[in-house]
Amino acid sequence: MNVPSSPGPLTAKDYASDQEVRWCPGCGDYAILKAIQRTLAELQAEPDKTVFVSGIGCAARFPYYLSTYGFHTIHGRAPAIATGIKLANPELDVWVVSGDGDALSIGGNHLLHVLRRNVDLQFLLFNNEIYGLTKGQYSPTSRPGTRSPSTPQGSLDAPVSAAAFALGAGARFVARSVDTLQKPLPEVLRRARTHRGASFVEILQNCIVYNDQVFGDITDRAVAEEAQIHVVHGQPLVFGKDRGKGLRLRPGTLELEVVTLGPGGPGEIELLRHDETSRPLAALLAAMAPPDLPMALGVLYCDPAPSYDGQVWEQMAAARSNGRDRDLDRLLRGGHTWTVPG
Amino acid sequence: MEGSAALEGANSSNRTLESAVVRFAGDSGDGMQLTGSQFTLATALAGNDLATFADFPAEIRAPAGTTFGVSAFQINFGAREILTSGDALDVLVAMNPAALKVNLADIKDGGLVIADAGAFTDKTLRKAGYDTDPLEDGSLAAFRLLKLDVSRLTLEAVKDFGVSKKEGLRCRNIWALGLLYWMFGRKRQATVEWFERKFAARPEIAMANIAALNAGHAFGETAELPAEIASLVVPPAEIAPGLYRNVTGNDTLAWGLVAGAQFAGLNLAFCSYPITPASQVLHVLAKLKDYGVLTFQAEDEIAAVCAAIGASYAGSLGVTSSSGPGIALKTEALGLAVAAELPLVVINSQRAGPSTGMPTKTEQSDLYQAVFGRNADSPLVVLAARSPADCFEVAVEAARLAVTYMTPVMVLSDGYIASASEPWKIPDVDAMPRFPARFETEAAGFQPFRRDPVTLARPWAVPGTPGLAHRIGGLERAEDSGEVSYDAANHQRMTDLRAAKIAGIANDLPEQAVELGEPSGPLAVVGWGSTYGPIYRAVSNLRARGLEVAHIHLRHLSPLPGNLGELLGGFERILVPEMNRGQLVTLLRSAYLLPAEGLNKVTGKPFKIAEIEQAILERLEATQ
Repeated sequence: MNVPSSPGPLTAKDYASDQEVRWCPGCGDYAILKAIQRTLAELQAEPDKTVFVSGIGCAARFPYYLSTYGFHTIHGRAPAIATGIKLANPELDVWVVSGDGDALSIGGNHLLHVLRRNVDLQFLLFNNEIYGLTKGQYSPTSRPGTRSPSTPQGSLDAPVSAAAFALGAGARFVARSVDTLQKPLPEVLRRARTHRGASFVEILQNCIVYNDQVFGDITDRAVAEEAQIHVVHGQPLVFGKDRGKGLRLRPGTLELEVVTLGPGGPGEIELLRHDETSRPLAALLAAMAPPDLPMALGVLYCDPAPSYDGQVWEQMAAARSNGRDRDLDRLLRGGHTWTVPG
Repeated sequence: MEGSAALEGANSSNRTLESAVVRFAGDSGDGMQLTGSQFTLATALAGNDLATFADFPAEIRAPAGTTFGVSAFQINFGAREILTSGDALDVLVAMNPAALKVNLADIKDGGLVIADAGAFTDKTLRKAGYDTDPLEDGSLAAFRLLKLDVSRLTLEAVKDFGVSKKEGLRCRNIWALGLLYWMFGRKRQATVEWFERKFAARPEIAMANIAALNAGHAFGETAELPAEIASLVVPPAEIAPGLYRNVTGNDTLAWGLVAGAQFAGLNLAFCSYPITPASQVLHVLAKLKDYGVLTFQAEDEIAAVCAAIGASYAGSLGVTSSSGPGIALKTEALGLAVAAELPLVVINSQRAGPSTGMPTKTEQSDLYQAVFGRNADSPLVVLAARSPADCFEVAVEAARLAVTYMTPVMVLSDGYIASASEPWKIPDVDAMPRFPARFETEAAGFQPFRRDPVTLARPWAVPGTPGLAHRIGGLERAEDSGEVSYDAANHQRMTDLRAAKIAGIANDLPEQAVELGEPSGPLAVVGWGSTYGPIYRAVSNLRARGLEVAHIHLRHLSPLPGNLGELLGGFERILVPEMNRGQLVTLLRSAYLLPAEGLNKVTGKPFKIAEIEQAILERLEATQ
């Protein structure tokens, strides 16, 4: 059940466990699993020092299919368990795999806190805008009007934006990608793994059974170029067929607008450049969605800060630096004592 | 009876008591807890055995002068072993009308009431709901009353130290403390030194307090007080030799966890969320980072237990702590720890419920929750501490069982134990047994759910260990391999194994002993937790009168000690006093089909010795 000790570098296959993968045929999770195995191989991650933690849901089966350490826990609580793991052993490389129900409904509180604390781990949110494992109810990211077994006349409540939530929670790394984007996705995952602190990655994932093509307006080959913008730090925000469009601030406002580049129109120099350290820009990018604006993909925000676990261990080290040992007698006899003579 | 009993009236100005109960009561801002803790220190130094109980309002700053803002500190001290904070008061110090009103019912007939008459004004009387002044209207005729204008006398004493009137009045409690020191012949030196240390940066405050202390003491010496109020002697108790300190249950629980983790060779990861009355454990441990103690204040109760589970999974001793409502929130995660078979210690400082109930009042009504309170068949270990001093050993035992058997262990404390204090003979930790945790390192043939044939514990394979990468979780796992399994026969076996593992721990426990009395007879009083003191004293009082009654007190509640059924079977009647509607009694009846009967009380206050004596007498009469 363990990693075959290949003589050479580990390959993507070495990160697969011997378990038969049991997602529905055509599920977007297969592509994400492949991208993660590729990323781990690219980074030559040590399987024995890597832990995947999950909650409940289709996505939460993920740890069973990897050859690393894995802990499939309870609904919504994976961030809290992962925090405990990372605090106990900061040497471990900890990944949390979650879905939109797990992370933003039952576990919303823990996601908020793991991000604001900046625990050094990767949080992957597979967003398919539906409850899969419980057979198709609408989720907190479902668009209004979603018809599901629990909302036969269409859902009423406004959805939460995963990336905007993460930014609001104070995450220092926020990225977004799509299950089938097999070149950009591993790159985003690599960046997430490299970033010290909590790295939040929203992965748009197709649920072929209960919510097929919910991201068709973004991912369909026919519209993808116009509906996606792949942001790159320091580069102008351009997209579209032949990179013919760009984003800029509508003059006099704090709103983005699409402009067509080329003769008679504005040049690239007038466009916004992506600055991944800018939280206001990240907020604007996170909020974009078709049809008016393209969906922003890539690393929307990355502005590292000291990790919580790192600081906890610094405090521990400082407390130990007084040179005193862990002598229990010092603790127990340390207060006001008196002797009863024999 | 515990409480006071005059041994002799040797001479008119020097009465000797076997024990005495004193309560200081005032506004929550009047420094009653400080006064009480100083009196406790001086009393311990005088060689008495003692027990204390702090009773403070749930409101942080309740409106001054109101009955719900009254804070009190009670101490029972004596020339013999003291096991409870006392049934009824010999002395009440009332700093205002509300404090008198709230505590009046607890004073014994003929008890002494010391009241600060200067604080009994029209306004404060009205606030406390008095129509007439009880110090003047004769309503205290059943007691001996000493009304003194403590406020004025205090201001007089501190006037030379340049403190404001407000600061001066804040020394009232210390003036009263000085009077009590005189009354019981206590030495002032330790308190003087304490003020000098505490207010080193503000010497005028230290000096004012010391002056108030001395003035109260001098008042006792010089005022010609009625003979029956004059100085009382409570001789030193016979106390086992050793080094002592005064502790609350929350202190000893925290230190026991540190010791338990050390004995297991593990780092302690204490993950908690603030809740009354358990928060103090977190506060104590947060200061012990140099002992390798990691504390984590989680975002909620669920995150706290989950972080503790994560820490245990990663090789620390994960501990979480709460009170009943918080434990309820942790329930699902406890099921995960049962399923994943990870060590975990869960502390429940029980309080009166249901729901928010009475957060600062004690109860022991979470036994069902501890033993049964999870979905499915999810057995775990349940221990209960009997007193502040007992918490240390119980916490060590919890760590031992958790790491030896790879199981969650619930420790039941309660609001009384958490904040009551008593002298604790500091144990010789070098002599306590070690139980080093064993991490699996052998990759060849490793199976995450292959059990030790004796303990039935699975191996602890910590992430980071080369060659042992594996997956676990809350889905049912195949025996040995731990792979996900929906196999029917496997689920039956795993359910049975989980139960057998916990049940088998009974073989690793000491035989249940009898605290007092014979191992068989007409009546056994069986208790658990903080009822220890009143049960022990009640049984011991009645045995001293020649009655045949035994006291059995349980530390291990799940599993129950192996010999308990046989032991209880030797008694004609079994009485189970509990601060709930009858939870242990149900457990005993169902485990042993015994005709055990309950004695139940849920007032938010501990049993009185007299209540238990009365119940025993009724049972014994019925037996004859």
